[in-house]
Amino acid sequence: MIAQSSTTTVKTTCPYCGVGCGVLATPQADGSVAISGDPDHPANFGRLCSKGSALGETLSLDGRLLHPEINGRRTDWDEALDLVAAKFRAAIDEYGPNSVAIYGSGQLLTEDYYVANKLMKGFVGSANIDTNSRLCMASSVAGHKRAFGSDTVPGNYEDLELADLIVLVGSNLAWCHPVLYQRIAAAKASRPDMRVVVIDPRRTATADIADLHLPIQSDGDSALFVGLLAHLSRNGFADQRFVDQHTSGAEAALMVAEDWPLERVAAASGAPAEDIARFYEWFAATEKAVTVYSQGVNQSAAGTDKVNAIINCHLLTGRIGRRGMGPFSVTGQPNAMGGREVGGLANMLAAHMDFTEEAIERVGRFWGTSSVATKPGLKAVDLFAAMARGEIKAVWIMATNPVDSMPDADGVRAALRACPFVVVSDMNARTDTAVEAHVRLPAAGWGEKEGTVTNSERRLSRQRPFLALPGDARPDWWIIKEVAQRLGFRAAFRYSSPAEIFAEHVALSAFENDGKRDFDLSGLVGADYASIAPTQWPVRGKPMARMFGDGDFFTPDRKARFVPVAPPPVIPTSPGSLVLNTGRVRDHWHTMTRTGKAARLSAHYAEPFVEINPADASRFNIRGATLARVGNGQGSAILRAIVTDRQPRGQLFVPMHWTDQFSSNGRIDALVRSKTDPVSGQPALKMAQCHIEPVRVRLYGFFVSAQPPKLTGLYWAVAQTMGGTRGELAWFDEPADWEAWLRTSFDLPPAARMRSLVDERSGRRSYAVLEGGRLILALYASPDPVIVSRQWATELLHAEGLSASAVLAGRPGAYMPDKGAIVCSCFSVGANTIAAAIAGEGCDTVEAVGRCTKAGTNCGSCRPEIRRIIERVHVAVG
Amino acid sequence: MTTRHRLVVVGAGMASGRALEHIFAKAPGQYEVTLFGAEPRGNYSRLMLSPVLAGEKTFEEAVTHDAAWYARHGVRTRFGEHVTAIDRHRKLVISRGGETPYDTLVIATGSAPFILPIAGKELPGVLAFRDLDDVEAMIAVASRPGTSAVVIGGGLLGLEAAAALRLRGMAVTVIHAAEHLMNRQLDAVAGRMLQRAFEDRGIEVLCNAQTAAIVGHGKAEAVVLDDGRLCPADIVVMAVGIRPETRIATDAGIHVERGIVVDDQMRTSDPHIFALGECVEHNGVCYGLVAPLYDMAEVLADTLAGRAASFQPVETATQLKVTGISIYSAGDFASRDGHEEIVLQDEEGGVYKRLVLQDDRIVGAVLYGETGDGPWFFDLLKQRTPTADKRNMLVFGQAYQGSAPMDPMEAVAASLVNRHTCNGLLNSATKRAA
Repeated sequence: MIAQSSTTTVKTTCPYCGVGCGVLATPQADGSVAISGDPDHPANFGRLCSKGSALGETLSLDGRLLHPEINGRRTDWDEALDLVAAKFRAAIDEYGPNSVAIYGSGQLLTEDYYVANKLMKGFVGSANIDTNSRLCMASSVAGHKRAFGSDTVPGNYEDLELADLIVLVGSNLAWCHPVLYQRIAAAKASRPDMRVVVIDPRRTATADIADLHLPIQSDGDSALFVGLLAHLSRNGFADQRFVDQHTSGAEAALMVAEDWPLERVAAASGAPAEDIARFYEWFAATEKAVTVYSQGVNQSAAGTDKVNAIINCHLLTGRIGRRGMGPFSVTGQPNAMGGREVGGLANMLAAHMDFTEEAIERVGRFWGTSSVATKPGLKAVDLFAAMARGEIKAVWIMATNPVDSMPDADGVRAALRACPFVVVSDMNARTDTAVEAHVRLPAAGWGEKEGTVTNSERRLSRQRPFLALPGDARPDWWIIKEVAQRLGFRAAFRYSSPAEIFAEHVALSAFENDGKRDFDLSGLVGADYASIAPTQWPVRGKPMARMFGDGDFFTPDRKARFVPVAPPPVIPTSPGSLVLNTGRVRDHWHTMTRTGKAARLSAHYAEPFVEINPADASRFNIRGATLARVGNGQGSAILRAIVTDRQPRGQLFVPMHWTDQFSSNGRIDALVRSKTDPVSGQPALKMAQCHIEPVRVRLYGFFVSAQPPKLTGLYWAVAQTMGGTRGELAWFDEPADWEAWLRTSFDLPPAARMRSLVDERSGRRSYAVLEGGRLILALYASPDPVIVSRQWATELLHAEGLSASAVLAGRPGAYMPDKGAIVCSCFSVGANTIAAAIAGEGCDTVEAVGRCTKAGTNCGSCRPEIRRIIERVHVAVG
Repeated sequence: MTTRHRLVVVGAGMASGRALEHIFAKAPGQYEVTLFGAEPRGNYSRLMLSPVLAGEKTFEEAVTHDAAWYARHGVRTRFGEHVTAIDRHRKLVISRGGETPYDTLVIATGSAPFILPIAGKELPGVLAFRDLDDVEAMIAVASRPGTSAVVIGGGLLGLEAAAALRLRGMAVTVIHAAEHLMNRQLDAVAGRMLQRAFEDRGIEVLCNAQTAAIVGHGKAEAVVLDDGRLCPADIVVMAVGIRPETRIATDAGIHVERGIVVDDQMRTSDPHIFALGECVEHNGVCYGLVAPLYDMAEVLADTLAGRAASFQPVETATQLKVTGISIYSAGDFASRDGHEEIVLQDEEGGVYKRLVLQDDRIVGAVLYGETGDGPWFFDLLKQRTPTADKRNMLVFGQAYQGSAPMDPMEAVAASLVNRHTCNGLLNSATKRAA
């Protein structure tokens, strides 16, 4: 039961991606919370994606950490905080400030981040505070700083609607930033001349609205933009006035680029030359061009160079900071930007100031401390490497799950086990990281805490609480300041509310700024914290919607810098190896700690999977829907094989979401080496080498269960569903005694009677346990992947008057149509229902399908998929 | 006008009734028929005796041919008149009413209940369950309050009698010699479930029970088991089996083994004499279920109409006619080498289905509780239809065939990003559009 604090509607901000949508949350009398998009928020104007729409389903206290724990023992705050402070103090005293570290998260609020950063850099005296933003944004930060002298996103979301050409690079916007995708799709629908180019190795859902899809090899985008720079220059598309007056370094960048004619770009990028040529022509001819980029660019060993290769093209054409144009980094986390603003990365100091003597002195004066760290600390990958070497004596991990999300994830786990003192503050009692902690601190979550976040267009928005704090949970800022005080820094951490912290943060941004630093909130000095509306920074007089339109940058000479970029050599894959690309699915986010609780979101993909091109599948003897082992010298994962020509040859795609909490062998980042970008330190999470082989499975299984199971010794993957758990299984040896195995694994009461279907010869068997016509357990096993409609089976959990036959069959009889795989999470509309509406009711547009089935009429995240079904049905019928 | 061929039929049971219908249809006007029946009534369905006994149907509903029908077809009926002998040389039959000449004779004397050779079997109150007289005798006793019945034999007939008598209010005990009820049609699991269903109705069931004697003073009062147990009984119903009724054929020197031996055309060793029904033996097999008897009737009619026809025995299916209990059994369901089984077991829910396959074809089926698909399985069995393409859903029956064809890819991955799902969609959509 969720404790309510009120029943009035609260304006807050979504805790998922960097779009930063406004959310209206209204606690209901029954304890649930109604969620809708905030029509007044400039990020989304009322839209929400499937994840945002389902936020209400993620608020249960199931699995929450509600009390402090020391070595798994419940304790009170005083004991836990005293211990944390004592251990950190002891390490600092004995081994120096650099023996301790904080590893934070883009999900912390700005106020939390500010206090953590101030503690480490200002008072502990070490810059060993890095965050998961290192995995997400670091190359964009570094690229921005190299080009602009500041970490500034020049444009805003409106530019996506004003542009005549949108280039999406390494961004599956349709699934990862669905509301921005919807805004683009709507703009394109109203202005059909608007063009969209998608640059991605995979033919993603985003590619479905593309006028041109360039299927590049991994990191082929580098050559593509270097070649574009050359093309623009060669063909007279440079804005010479802008280049001359407001930039420097163009000659050097062009000199490198000139070695990249079209043919060489085609060879290096892997895209067809004629398609590249068309892209170049479109870009050259279109003044209003926005280049949107995300993880495909950032998560690369050449990420920073790629960012600059993109920015170079916009600088050369002067297309920056004006309506409908510019390079646009979209962030993955709700507050990666806020983290950057406070300086919550190891290579920043605070408030967009670096470790210059002047800044160190200024910040020390502002904070009233003489112990400000004087040099950058350890970036994420280096931090865990140092931990593995025994150099980190105490670490505090906040709101993130590095055991799953870091490269060399098994190495990270080993490093934590080697670390003498590990603190985790989190909402969840069990994450793969939290289980490694000596001390677990219960953090307040979304809806419970208040503060600010900043989205990808530099817009600050308030997160506001609408739920009471559960158990002993406390906001992160409170936990951090309590430890800070216990470390002896009482005066500097005497905060009693996030408003006070925010005011200090505002003051620091304005402190001796005078327009010299981009991050400047001086316009918010004295603002009423409670009522701050979504606001873009910098806020000097008034908020600035766009930056650099006037050609004024934050380098010492106020000119933007071209960065010469030499595309990296193509990394040869060894024979039998494939390139492993990791990424995201539509309805999950990060390591599923939140989305994994929502049945609606867990239905889209309920299992970790690997996508493989049909040619590779046949080469490596991988059949669709079977299990495959993807591995390399560093680790291995067992995944469901999806054979699809959306995946290019030579490359595998595996989502990064699955953890040991949801599957037996799904942690794909264990396979990724700790190779990082030399400038940003961001790991190359999208380019590991691996091999793939079929898994010798004795029996495949699928179950739905009212109770969560306890599974060991086999392949398993579980997902939340309405009223229970669904799961995929595979046995490498058949259980000797099935009934005993079922009773143990599903903790069935002794009185539970088993109903069964057994075909010994084929090996196929089903079991059902019913209680008063309601399903307790249904399990299906078969030597081949189980052919049971997952959607139908999960609905059994809330059916009544069931007969054993109806359950054991594993699919509806002729009288009960199977609605098919769920496409629309909001209304639970399946592919078969949609196809029937198209073929049977003549619905030939997404809108018509929506009128007929409601599919796609709420969040709209599934609209690309509906469009694809329409096309398919039409091809089939026509 | 030529003299019509004289056809004499001995026995007015279900087989002869059906045969006459076919004869009049296939050879209209060709035969002048005389029909003898030992019972003082015309053809009726013996299958309906159970519901008549149970009080669920009236005897009138069981009658298959009435006086008007006989009149319409010119059948001379000689009901209540035993045929005592056949004179093959003179081609006539002898009965109380004299001699009746035939050109062609059909013996359809059916079967007689098998009576255990035990002490007390002649006592009044010891009954068979064969004809309407038996039924009326049972009803007469059952109508007295507080009476009890022992049914010896837990096969089809005995169980139908037991259930019916219970419905009539009697205390009923079933004594069955084998390990489980209906052991010729059911396996142990289904037999056990059936026993539980009978026990739930208040019928006592004793399996592995051997009857030693029937005792009583001047009438049956109890059944004694060989272990000494005593089961009180106002009536004792013997339902331990049947034997073909062959006496007149044997006496006439016609070839008889267990039954009257017939060829594929239903002809006995005398070319002018035919036989059909439970009294015959064909290729060493005697039949007791109605389906093959009806097949015989059709073959006989064709033969008498001068058409080529031959009796091909087919598998037979069994259904128990006890209201509220559904059983369907067909074919060979023994566990043996080469037999593969698909078993659906839900004892708690009262459902059990066991299909036995050999070489990809159904050879046997036992259904308990849900029997609606019995005829479909039986059809697959008779047609020897290969089942590989439907094996996964086979046991769930016809409603599950052809519905929602599923691709494993579609099942495991909700994703629409793959071709496999795409193809699945195409197929269903194309079908709908067609």
